[in-house]
Amino acid sequence: MMLKIEDLIVSYGGIEALKGVSIEVEEGKIITLVGANGAGKSTTLRSIVGLVKPKSGKIIFEDKNLQNVKTQDLIKMGITLVPEGRRVFPNLSVLENLKLGAFVRKDEANIKSDLEWVYSLFPRLKERTWQLAGTLSGGEQQMLAVGRALMSRPRLMMMDEPSLGLAPLIVKEIFRIIKEVNKKGVTILLIEQNANAALHIADTGYVLETGNIALKGTGKELLSNDDVKKAYLGDSVHL
Amino acid sequence: MTLDVFLQHITNGISLGSLYALIAIGYTMVYGILRLINFAHGDIFMMATYFAFYGVVIFSLPWYFVFVFAIILTGILGIIVEKTAYKTLRDAPKISILISAIGASYLLENLAVVIFGGRPKAFPTPDLFNKVVQVGNISVQRLTFIIPVVTVALLFMLLYLINKTKSGMAMRAVSKDHETARLMGVDVDKTISFTFFIGSMLAAVGGIMWALKFPQIQPLMGVIPGLKCFIAAVIGGIGNVTGAVVGGFILGIGEIMLVALLPSLTGYRDAFAFILLIVILIFKPTGIMGEKISEKV
Repeated sequence: MMLKIEDLIVSYGGIEALKGVSIEVEEGKIITLVGANGAGKSTTLRSIVGLVKPKSGKIIFEDKNLQNVKTQDLIKMGITLVPEGRRVFPNLSVLENLKLGAFVRKDEANIKSDLEWVYSLFPRLKERTWQLAGTLSGGEQQMLAVGRALMSRPRLMMMDEPSLGLAPLIVKEIFRIIKEVNKKGVTILLIEQNANAALHIADTGYVLETGNIALKGTGKELLSNDDVKKAYLGDSVHL
Repeated sequence: MTLDVFLQHITNGISLGSLYALIAIGYTMVYGILRLINFAHGDIFMMATYFAFYGVVIFSLPWYFVFVFAIILTGILGIIVEKTAYKTLRDAPKISILISAIGASYLLENLAVVIFGGRPKAFPTPDLFNKVVQVGNISVQRLTFIIPVVTVALLFMLLYLINKTKSGMAMRAVSKDHETARLMGVDVDKTISFTFFIGSMLAAVGGIMWALKFPQIQPLMGVIPGLKCFIAAVIGGIGNVTGAVVGGFILGIGEIMLVALLPSLTGYRDAFAFILLIVILIFKPTGIMGEKISEKV
């Protein structure tokens, strides 16, 4: 198992956001964590990267406990996060944002070829190489955030709500890219409110409900599960 | 006023403005990366002059060696202030850090009084800087030319560092988003310390040239220049390095010209900076070159 989360409990000032969450991420797969607003999806990711301190529980990445690893050192271990709301650096150019993704790398030649790869995935970014990231549209910023994460040559790429606030066409494009990146061998842990899109590409899915894992199954299983349909896919809504 | 007299004043204004610019850069850099007004900056400027003074007077080492040493030492002092007064409060409310900054300022001033003594000291000026040069009908101290040249050279070096190097890119990233910078593998703490190091070294260069120009140093000499340079940074648009330099020049030239054109207002020389600040805050609060990037969501 590449990443193993065991019985994770996180509380914000007495209120438990996660009440014992266990997740397993198998290498080479796309794992998704779906759930409503406030279910604890982002908290799970933020605990993995050390931006939130868990009250108890274990986070093991390739037999290494992440508890005492600093956020800034994760990228060297092959872990990257595409944060919620893209968080591109608005005062840096597109190229600089991408270079920042490769900040800790020293293999200049490979960085160059990775840059070409990212540009081939997102031709739009190539057109805007010298533009400040703050002037990009929401969709372009999301592409840049993904491209920036890829520039670190991650083995595990975690994504927090990449579809949030984007037009359906762009969401489709982003999900196509996620699949393509995964085919290259990058393991994906995807967090989404858009359960439908996420479960369609996922090998394994977890449904998070108010701090607990309510369901676990393959993407297909969850898509056809009646409870999931009712709660997240909106199939039962007939007006 | 004849042209010659006018040029004489302008030269003096540019020279004073350069000194303001060097100190203002430190305010703007720290503000850019931490959103903090480093009130101790003016006192770091003062400390640099004492480091240089003791190097020359007590250890009687050659001035160029002393200056380099004093500049580096001041940079280290900047890091120490950051590590003790600011880093420990990084997650505390903004107001706590602000108070801590004011505390650090008083601490340095009083330490200087205790260690160096409150009585002003005469700063030794090497002859090289003192020689008077005659250009047409104006005669100026060599130093008056050296100061702007050094300032502009340092500004270009700094702009290169910020815009073209990897550390500069990290600084710009940290200035916008600590958390995401960390996710990219940037050591945010180191980057902040580096910013203080650079800003304090520039203040040291400004301090030493200040002491060469006005060769009397005392523990409270950093207070008024510190305030004025903070104003210069605000006028230029705080957070913007070029803006700080522009603000410094506006303030320096404006101050000298005010006194030259309206000698009866000489007593209001220091008030000029504050009046300018109020005017800027009313009409253009973001300053002349303030941040204007639109951030789309």
